[in-house]
Amino acid sequence: MLSETILEMKDISKSFPGVKALDSVDFKLRKGEIHALMGENGAGKSTLIKVITGVYGKDAGLITLQGESIHFKAPEEAQNKGIGTVYQEIMLCPNLTVAENMFIGRSHSLVVNWKQMNEKAAQLLDSLGIPASPVQELTSCSLAVQQMIAIARAVDMDCKILILDEPTSSLDEDEVHKLFKLMRELKARGVGIIFITHFLEQVFEISDRITVLRNGKLVGEYETTSLSQIELISKMLGNVLEDITKIQKHEPIVSDTSIPVFEGIGLSSAAGVRPFNFVIQRGEVNGFAGLLGSGRSESARAIFAADKVTGGEVRMKGKSVKIKTPLHAIKQGIGYLPEDRKGDGIIDDLSVRDNIILTLQVMKGFFKPFSLKQAETFAEEYIKKLNIKTPTPDTPIKSLSGGNQQKVILARWLLTNPEFLILDEPTRGIDVGTKVEIQKLVIKLANNGMSLTFISSEIDEMIRTCSRLIVMKDREIVGELKGTELTETEVMNVIAQGGKNPCLN
Amino acid sequence: MASVNVFKPKARLSNSNILFLIAAVIFVVMYLFAIISFPNSFMQFQTFFDLFNLNAPLIIMTLGLCIVMIGGGIDISIGAVCGLVTMACAVFLESKMGSIGGAVLVALGIGVAFGILQGYLIAYLEIQPFIITLSGLFLAQGLLTTLHKDPINVTMPAFVGLRDFDIVIAWLGTRNRLGVFIPSEIKLGTVIVVVLLVILASLMKWSRFGRNVYAVGGNSHSAMMLGINVKRTIFITYVLSGLTAGIAGFVYIMTTGAGNVGNAAGAEMKAIASAIIGGTLLNGGVGNLLGAPIGTLTLLVINELIRAAGVQSNFQAMVSGLLLYFFIVLQSVIMSLRDRRRFGIALPPWLRLSGKEQTVGQGES
Amino acid sequence: MPKLIKHFSHLVLPVSVMTLLIIINLIKGADYFRITMVNGAFYGNIPNILFGASELVILSIGMTLVTAASRGQDISIGVSATITSAVFVQYVLQAGEVTLLTIVVGFLLSCVIGLLLGAFNGTLVSVFKVQPMVASLILFTGGRSIAFMIDGKLSPILANDISNQIGTVIPGVPIQTPIILTVVFIALVAVLFKTTNLRLYVETVGINPNAARLNGINPKKIIFLTFLIMGICTAVAGFIAVNKAGRHDSVNLLKLIMMDAILAVAIGGNSLIGGKFSITGAIIGAYTIEMLNRTLLRLEIEPATIKVFKAVFIIILMVLSSPVVRVFMKKALDRFRSWRLSISQPKENALSTTNIAEKKEE
Ligand SMILES: Nc1ncnc2c1ncn2[C@@H]1O[C@H](COP(=O)(O)OP(=O)(O)OP(=O)(O)O)[C@@H](O)[C@H]1O
Ligand SMILES: [Mg+2]
Repeated sequence: MLSETILEMKDISKSFPGVKALDSVDFKLRKGEIHALMGENGAGKSTLIKVITGVYGKDAGLITLQGESIHFKAPEEAQNKGIGTVYQEIMLCPNLTVAENMFIGRSHSLVVNWKQMNEKAAQLLDSLGIPASPVQELTSCSLAVQQMIAIARAVDMDCKILILDEPTSSLDEDEVHKLFKLMRELKARGVGIIFITHFLEQVFEISDRITVLRNGKLVGEYETTSLSQIELISKMLGNVLEDITKIQKHEPIVSDTSIPVFEGIGLSSAAGVRPFNFVIQRGEVNGFAGLLGSGRSESARAIFAADKVTGGEVRMKGKSVKIKTPLHAIKQGIGYLPEDRKGDGIIDDLSVRDNIILTLQVMKGFFKPFSLKQAETFAEEYIKKLNIKTPTPDTPIKSLSGGNQQKVILARWLLTNPEFLILDEPTRGIDVGTKVEIQKLVIKLANNGMSLTFISSEIDEMIRTCSRLIVMKDREIVGELKGTELTETEVMNVIAQGGKNPCLN
Repeated sequence: MASVNVFKPKARLSNSNILFLIAAVIFVVMYLFAIISFPNSFMQFQTFFDLFNLNAPLIIMTLGLCIVMIGGGIDISIGAVCGLVTMACAVFLESKMGSIGGAVLVALGIGVAFGILQGYLIAYLEIQPFIITLSGLFLAQGLLTTLHKDPINVTMPAFVGLRDFDIVIAWLGTRNRLGVFIPSEIKLGTVIVVVLLVILASLMKWSRFGRNVYAVGGNSHSAMMLGINVKRTIFITYVLSGLTAGIAGFVYIMTTGAGNVGNAAGAEMKAIASAIIGGTLLNGGVGNLLGAPIGTLTLLVINELIRAAGVQSNFQAMVSGLLLYFFIVLQSVIMSLRDRRRFGIALPPWLRLSGKEQTVGQGES
Repeated sequence: MPKLIKHFSHLVLPVSVMTLLIIINLIKGADYFRITMVNGAFYGNIPNILFGASELVILSIGMTLVTAASRGQDISIGVSATITSAVFVQYVLQAGEVTLLTIVVGFLLSCVIGLLLGAFNGTLVSVFKVQPMVASLILFTGGRSIAFMIDGKLSPILANDISNQIGTVIPGVPIQTPIILTVVFIALVAVLFKTTNLRLYVETVGINPNAARLNGINPKKIIFLTFLIMGICTAVAGFIAVNKAGRHDSVNLLKLIMMDAILAVAIGGNSLIGGKFSITGAIIGAYTIEMLNRTLLRLEIEPATIKVFKAVFIIILMVLSSPVVRVFMKKALDRFRSWRLSISQPKENALSTTNIAEKKEE
């Protein structure tokens, strides 16, 4: 059965200063299909989306929507033509209420009926199980809830085409399933869905067809059933990926007498985690596991003093130290890669170079600036090491693709050579190839004696790298797993039982 | 769809509302204080109405400015445009073809023309609003002096009638020392203020345009992605602000009856201060139009109080600066008390929000 | 070479404006650049601009920093300068016999006052999170009456030789003293930037204060610091202004200069909502504004309409430099080029050479 094409793109090209983000790309979306768009970081997926919706004008090419040639000048027009989009970066207005964010820009009536809007929003939130109230301000929602709201908004639009750019990057498994159920419903109604993600299992679970981009060029379009994971990966990367299972976990040699690198007792912060104890040895990789909102990020932030510290004692290598601000933590050799890259990580107008050297420069001191040459050397070293895709080190970081921005932040911390590095969702929005690279890097750093705390929504990733997992639920530590206990089911068990082996305090 | 959670009063106050509330409470407290300290002047309804009667232009300008500020912009041309309008109206009314209807058209025309020019440059050519409206200020001042340099007293009978027209509220008034009942009087300007306030506040709260302004002010890039025509929205805010400046100019001349080079000079700073005190943030996205008159009145009452207290004229500016200081610090402290994540101060229970995604700081340490 | 152009692209605007103004002036009279020697010092149009813009240049530097770090503007600068200079004048008048030491001590004292005023604004902005324009509104409202008090409700006159020389020329030096002071000040600022990380810190804080904090920069301290620097700038500007005037007029001294300072910052290619900044741009912007003012005078435009011309000039300037118009012109230029190419080599596919700039850059 040949289903009808709703969206067709031909020979699309788009350049940014210094990069050709899209180079004669063809793309075809059919009615009632879920079409995955795959590619490495910086392959041009988001750019392709933004060309469709009119965020960027295209340099060349042709787009037809149901046989009619289109050229959107603004996302508004795309929306009016029945294209609903969830962008990679959450695009909502923080000062409006949840309900307004779901309906603004969509209605054509001149007046706003608050009551009706709130009711509709409440229904929608309820049906998707989003824990938010329609009348609360968006700022008071967590990142994941915001993402769900953005999805709810797009889904609710009576659209012909739904575009989802990495919608699952900060979602739980549960929420992902809800989303998939919804996508299947829409598909049955004949909506064409473009779905971007770096989670391969999700692609194979839900998509019908896959289009692969590499370096802005089209690699090809495939039926999902005709591809294996390995084939897909090699199409995306252009070469064959090392087997993930080859990653050898590093088991630290910990004797009872060794002094921990970091030891925190009764740590708590204004972000609201229960006071907890935390210990990490030299060369150890451990992690905080738990569902969204379980307090894993808050715990990490409490260690780094990223939120206001409200209590606790800290010993570094046996010596009692004061860590009240991030600067104290940095000076003690602690690093922290934050979860919210856009809000807490990148300095978006500054160059890649400045973003890389920032923390090292702060450690060196206000009165000791690096020379430009030194800074260049550092930046170039890490751009090469982490394979960061940027036209020049002078390019502002905001024009890099999401995954490459993440690498820059990682480079920033690696440059400071910390003794203890906390990585909060370092692989979010990162392509498979790089994900493996990062996991390997974590192991390598640990082998060289660095202590790392690794936090990720993907439990399998944590199990692969961590030798000890601290399980959290409701902002409290409910268990600790190591050695043979480290399996996905065991982690889920601990979470479900809310503390099989109540620990520590 | 088991639990429909619409009307549970669990959402905390939005920034716009809490800032407005602070402003309103402070204003009421201050007014009560004024009544207690100086009962014979502040007890009278007329004193209250006169605040409006005499300052209607400023309140009107502040309304327009608030809209621009909520949209994330700023308009510092309003005072000068208002001044230009007074002079243009005066010249027109004194000319042979002068008529009140024509003068209204002149006022609105000048205001809207400035609004369109500035709005176009700011919204569609993406030029910094401060610079454009500063040029607008220069332009209006320059046109004003080019048009006419000396004061003009409008003598046209119809206009004088309009100027002196009072609406008498027979049932509301005060008895003077002799026990004679003096009813309150309000000027046309006050009526215009109220009408505009109702219209514009409703516009911001219940119209699609109004909500778009909030969205654009909150995050213009997101607003664009959400399908809002950002440029048009910004453009309209400036047109509205120009329009209100024009209306303010007409009300101004209706109050004073004269065109003068110094009319409404420096009013932009007063309007900005009023808007801010009324709870509109310069960053955009936060504000409440009802706060505009409250902000203006707060400033005015401060001045009245200082005068009533017999503060030496040299000190008056200092004292009002000091009061402004207390006001601003108070506003900031209340806001920070609420914003736990950044300031880490536990909330008082009555401000606390239930709901799972809300984290309330743990008191113990 | 292209790299160099890119590096200075933010200066294109102020420099081209300056060039335009010079051309206008040359058309008006070819003697624009003539410099005459009077009593051993240089005078003429250019020296006058350098002389007249001294205070504005210094204040623009402070304004650029404040804007970059705190994403807002300090509108109290003229008032602050009035207060600092009032203190200076009182000290000098009280000292009886005026020596160089008196002046220096008086100046240092006014710097301390400047720092205090800066600290006042800075505390409000950094600790209390008040927006800069609002915070400085307080001093803006009450400051002049403080200066009036300090003056003892008079406008005291600075009638001594040293002040006179600071305000005009020192015998034997061919360049007017305010110009020298400005240059020295700029040099000091340059040294400050060379020897510290001020730029990186300020830009980081201005762009993303959250991230700055997580990377060990205390945004409060940096914002506070920029206000302190602003305090010094106001003290220096006040010092120059009062010595130029020879008399302390607490009502009119440097009145409304904040508007020009903000304008200078913007003409210099800086965003008024913080982040990356260029001090050089602001300095050139300040000189441009002075040049514009003097050009309008030189063109003998009627005083009543002078502001209209100023406004129109600034608007045209901003329109030409607006991002939208720039992209539009670039496109037009590219099209023109490809059109010419297609004429000269009719067989080649002209379109392939076009490299049209992106429509939107966010
Ligand atoms: N606004 C912009 N300005 C300049 N360059 C840009 C801009 N947006 C994207 N790019 C560049 O275009 C290329 C493609 O970026 P894009 O965001 O489309 O990648 P992506 O496939 O979505 O990657 P990711 O998986 O990391 O999100 C990258 O090299 C990026 O640096
Ligand atoms: Mg992307």
